[in-house]
Amino acid sequence: MNALALPTAAAEGGGFQSPTLEDLHLPEIFPWGAEYGSGFGKQMLLVIVAAAVIAWFFVATARKRALVPGKFQFAGEMAYSFARNSMGRDIIGERDFRKFTPIITALFWFILLSNIMGAIPFLQLPTTSHVALPYALAGIVYLYWIYLGFKTHGIGYFKVALMPSGVPWPFYFLVIPIEFVSTFFVRPLTHSLRLFATMLSGHMVIALTGAAMSYMFTGLGQWWGYPIGSLIFIGGIAMALFEVFIQVLQAYVFALLTSVYIQSSIGEAH
Amino acid sequence: MQISGSLNAIGYGLSAIGGGIGVGLVFAAFIQGVARQPEAQRVLQPLAFMGLAFTEALAILGLVFAFVWK
Repeated sequence: MNALALPTAAAEGGGFQSPTLEDLHLPEIFPWGAEYGSGFGKQMLLVIVAAAVIAWFFVATARKRALVPGKFQFAGEMAYSFARNSMGRDIIGERDFRKFTPIITALFWFILLSNIMGAIPFLQLPTTSHVALPYALAGIVYLYWIYLGFKTHGIGYFKVALMPSGVPWPFYFLVIPIEFVSTFFVRPLTHSLRLFATMLSGHMVIALTGAAMSYMFTGLGQWWGYPIGSLIFIGGIAMALFEVFIQVLQAYVFALLTSVYIQSSIGEAH
Repeated sequence: MQISGSLNAIGYGLSAIGGGIGVGLVFAAFIQGVARQPEAQRVLQPLAFMGLAFTEALAILGLVFAFVWK
């Protein structure tokens, strides 16, 4: 994994070790399933915590169902209506967005919590920075919109998905393979990898600033390490805040694309 | 002078150029649209983020393949 190693940094300092991808593999807590790779570690624990917190939040806020909501219920309703209005209704359309609100809401808030764990002190690990979780989520969404497409259009779904209208017929020999690859292969791939890659790179940037700062303060042993280390520290804080923005944005983009894909399979032929 | 390292990083840098220009174009159009017609912001915002997501795809594939293809 020397793609991320910065040769110049190592050459200048002589002893600087930049963090690698192996640093993301934290030691396991107990070796359950260790023969398939790594055991039960912090990642899995945080995924379970995130799922439990989201489930608890929405069940607890919806329990009372008061006509005039209290503060707690209001928070739950805000969380729900944000996903419903800005992603469900605006994209899928007024007619049939209600059925799909639960999956979009759950996806958005679960991914948001999973991402934002990278910014919470002591957790500091976006669980989506391991590729397994985005693959699983995007896989669920992939199977779901294919199912919806065939349920809505029957076998004619291939025509809806692969044959855009208004194309002169000889071009279909060119368009159909392109549309097939881009719809059924590239779409789920980018859907998952977008989330994974942004979270991974953001986490690596934070780790790199941390490692560089600690090296400048303690490892270098020169007086000018302190001012440079302070500058890196300030830049690291700025990057961490920017990372929070990216984490929220990627959760939004994931849920938005989910509703776009659902719309493209239940909507009319395009 | 001898330079050592991985060419993958250069490849990823090249693939990021297109994505960067594309994202810039998307948001330039979004800002222009909102500046001309501020009440259109609610309609344009999901479209802008959708455009961002689609434009990013190649740069993201580049980042992943920089790690995958040794």
